[in-house]
Amino acid sequence: MLYAAIWRALPGPLAVRILLAAVLVLAVVAVCFLWLFPRIAPLMPFNDNTVDPSAARAASYVHQDHR
Amino acid sequence: MKAARWTLGIVGDLLVTAGLLLLLFVGWQLWWTDVTANRTQDATVSTLTRDFAETPAPTGPTSEQPKAVPFGKAFAIVRIPRLGADYARPLLQGTSRDVLEDGIGHYDGTAGPGAIGNFAVAGHRTTYGRPFHDIDKLRTGDVVVVETKTAYSVYAVKRHEIVAPTDVQVIAPVPDKPGAKPTERWMTMTACHPKYSAAQRYVVFAELVKTYPRADGLPAGTLAVPKGA
Repeated sequence: MLYAAIWRALPGPLAVRILLAAVLVLAVVAVCFLWLFPRIAPLMPFNDNTVDPSAARAASYVHQDHR
Repeated sequence: MKAARWTLGIVGDLLVTAGLLLLLFVGWQLWWTDVTANRTQDATVSTLTRDFAETPAPTGPTSEQPKAVPFGKAFAIVRIPRLGADYARPLLQGTSRDVLEDGIGHYDGTAGPGAIGNFAVAGHRTTYGRPFHDIDKLRTGDVVVVETKTAYSVYAVKRHEIVAPTDVQVIAPVPDKPGAKPTERWMTMTACHPKYSAAQRYVVFAELVKTYPRADGLPAGTLAVPKGA
């Protein structure tokens, strides 16, 4: 419905609409890749590579098999 | 009835959008961060190579103190033949998130390359160029070469451990013996484990074989890819 409404709101003949839709999709992807995702990536739980005393939270559920 | 259908339609569209955005995020994290980080890291290696070549080789001590390097600055190139004949990654000072996106990070306060103590570094196992993606393929005796402005420090892999993220004793001056006075020259590499998780750390320990002044160069064959790699 949302997408149908956007499609209907696009002006011009079919070719122009397809072009506009593609530009819109690319714009959304660009905003995500260049702005949004780099900002939310640090909140993800799979990007830590260091040993660190402050990693206690992550370690609490770890099975320690090394000693 | 009509309003209900309309609401349902909007909710459905939003769910589809959320699904697409999540897929897009996975694509960004697993693919695009590699693309951009590899580009950055390759450029840094080229810059370092040029800088190293321009600097006249000093004749003084060959092991550098880490405190001389400002946070976030690239100061060495790490080569690991087991991970590929052309494997060369920049080493930067510090292990913050930003630093690790630009290369391998040197733990603040640990020994410098070639020095007595523990030269400790961290790198991404996955994403952001994933310099330590294949860290689990390293075998005993595999060579790790750390090239700085003044010297090549050649380390040989000794063993590995899988530890909890809080197990900082792996980067102690004497690995796994916090408080002990170091007499040997170790290198510790840490990366997340298992792949695509950060629940544990994969840790590889290597010991210095020899440090060669830049002027002398590396002995031929040091960077030969080991058999079966």
